[in-house]
Amino acid sequence: MQSSSKKFSERFIEGLLLISSSITSLTVVLIVLFLFKEGLGLFSHSAIEEGNVIAVNKNNQVSVLSGEQLKNIFDQKIVNWKELGGSNDSIILFRLEDISNYYSDEQIGENFEHLPECISKLNDSISGIISFFPDKYWTKDFKGKKIEFDPITMKEVFAGKEWFPTAHPAAQLGIAPLLLGTLWVSLGAILLALPLGLASAVYLSEIANKKVRSILKPLIELLAGIPSVVYGFFGLVVIVPLIQQLFNLPVGETGLAGSIILGIMALPTIITISEDAMNTTPRAMKEASLALGASKWQTIYKIVIPYSISGITAAAILGIGRAIGETMAVLMVTGNAAIIPHSLLEPVRTIPATIAAELGEAPAGGLHYKALFALGCILFVITLIINLIVEFISSRKKYQNS
Amino acid sequence: MIKLETINANVYYGASHALKNISMQLESNTVTALIGPSGCGKSTYLRLFNRMNDLIENIRIEGEILIDGKNIYQKGTNVDSLRKSTGMIFQKPNPFPKSIFENVAYGLRVNGINDAAFIQERVETSIQQVALWDEVKDKLKKSAFELSGGQQQRLCIARALAIQPSIILMDEPTSALDPISTSKIEELMYELKAKYTIVIVTHNMQQAARVSDKTAFFYLGELIEYSQTKELFTNPKIEKTQNYITGRFG
Repeated sequence: MQSSSKKFSERFIEGLLLISSSITSLTVVLIVLFLFKEGLGLFSHSAIEEGNVIAVNKNNQVSVLSGEQLKNIFDQKIVNWKELGGSNDSIILFRLEDISNYYSDEQIGENFEHLPECISKLNDSISGIISFFPDKYWTKDFKGKKIEFDPITMKEVFAGKEWFPTAHPAAQLGIAPLLLGTLWVSLGAILLALPLGLASAVYLSEIANKKVRSILKPLIELLAGIPSVVYGFFGLVVIVPLIQQLFNLPVGETGLAGSIILGIMALPTIITISEDAMNTTPRAMKEASLALGASKWQTIYKIVIPYSISGITAAAILGIGRAIGETMAVLMVTGNAAIIPHSLLEPVRTIPATIAAELGEAPAGGLHYKALFALGCILFVITLIINLIVEFISSRKKYQNS
Repeated sequence: MIKLETINANVYYGASHALKNISMQLESNTVTALIGPSGCGKSTYLRLFNRMNDLIENIRIEGEILIDGKNIYQKGTNVDSLRKSTGMIFQKPNPFPKSIFENVAYGLRVNGINDAAFIQERVETSIQQVALWDEVKDKLKKSAFELSGGQQQRLCIARALAIQPSIILMDEPTSALDPISTSKIEELMYELKAKYTIVIVTHNMQQAARVSDKTAFFYLGELIEYSQTKELFTNPKIEKTQNYITGRFG
């Protein structure tokens, strides 16, 4: 009797454990699926704002445009149809609000009842026209040609130099500036944090005596526990003005400020992981080096660091991983200009900061919303690759030891 | 000729008194074995001669420790060059995570030698000295971890020989090895003593009897008896020694 009840309770606990682990894995899988479903939806959309139409004169030879071309037309960077493979005719822009330049209020009608007709006539009479208007004014007998748009392509997204998701009439979804901004800031962070972190790790593991270590180590670990918004606040109040003064810049919110803050935030990861790796160097190996007349410093850089190099590499990569995914602090100090950065002294915008700042104002299910999810996918892929690299390096290390 | 000497050497780890008033003279070109139960201070005594004890926190060393009549704990002693003149072999083979060649070359490189031809030659002779050359000559570039435990230990001896020390300190060098590898190392010691002064710490009394010329028995931080090996094992003067070597405690 007792044994069967014990069996039952054991099976119950086993069941509970199974359920909790399945729920966890299922959640992860569902989140990833959701992310990719929303994100990849971007590529079935066209760049033109939903519910709108672009129309031209019916004799115009141009019938397909890309989002970028459309933007250049409306920015008046393209002014002649021949640049787009059409006839030599200058482009005349028409937005709905321009209607009053062509027709009087009476002609349009009190309740805009003649508006579709007016637009139709305009498209018919002006040969170089390109008009942008809501599709409810697109009537069956419209005397013009509707321009078709291809769905957004990977090339447009990854190679696009402009991120302007709310632009009229076509959203610009080039993520190059965001991707470069993220990598730029993270690279800067790791360049600052790696030497400092490595030096601290060497000091903690090889040089500091027990007392110093027992104070410093918890302090460094505490650094990892500070909320990122506090780092951001610190950066905004201390580092941003400092950079502005130091480099005599118009604004201090730069990639450099982000790098410094991220570097500080990556320090605990780098220090603790590389220190742990250095601590695994066998004492006998260090003693053997010292016994051969090597100095302490020679022993550190010829034995300890090579021995723990895979741990140090993992620390650096995890540090980068932390920097790439960090949102709040970066959002606060980098200035968030979606421009391809040329130096660390310019404002940059990172992928996580973009998502955090824009998701609230993007209509759910729309183009902008999906574009942000696509950014999330990219971020996910980057961090996944980073984790795989770390996994690979540490598994190789295990193999070496056995 | 007296190579190593301690006069009233005392070592304290914090409050514990690890070595008590050890006065002893070790002759050159002999093998001296230090025996005794665990924790008797024999390893601590061995490590006095290359100042490896300095690495331990809260250690205090008193008395005079002399090599060739010079006190090596005197202020201004260059510890790195002192260690260069004493090779040390450890309990477990501890090659560096480097190639076989670089393991042996390490001591030369850290001591500022860059002449490639000289290093090449010295590495070769050192590996030959430990009778390892034929086994490794085709794989000098391979990792030292690919060797067997016994080969690794001989490589570690070669590594110590490469910097041409005059003293070799061995801290239970065969405790992690199989009998065949052990006998190879013991043979090696016999050959090496022509050129070097060897001090060996061992738990294995047969080993002490086989390889050493003189033996010192340590117990609880004290030097109990020190004499010719033959005499110590066949005709010990002190009862404690007698009890230890007959296996009544240990």
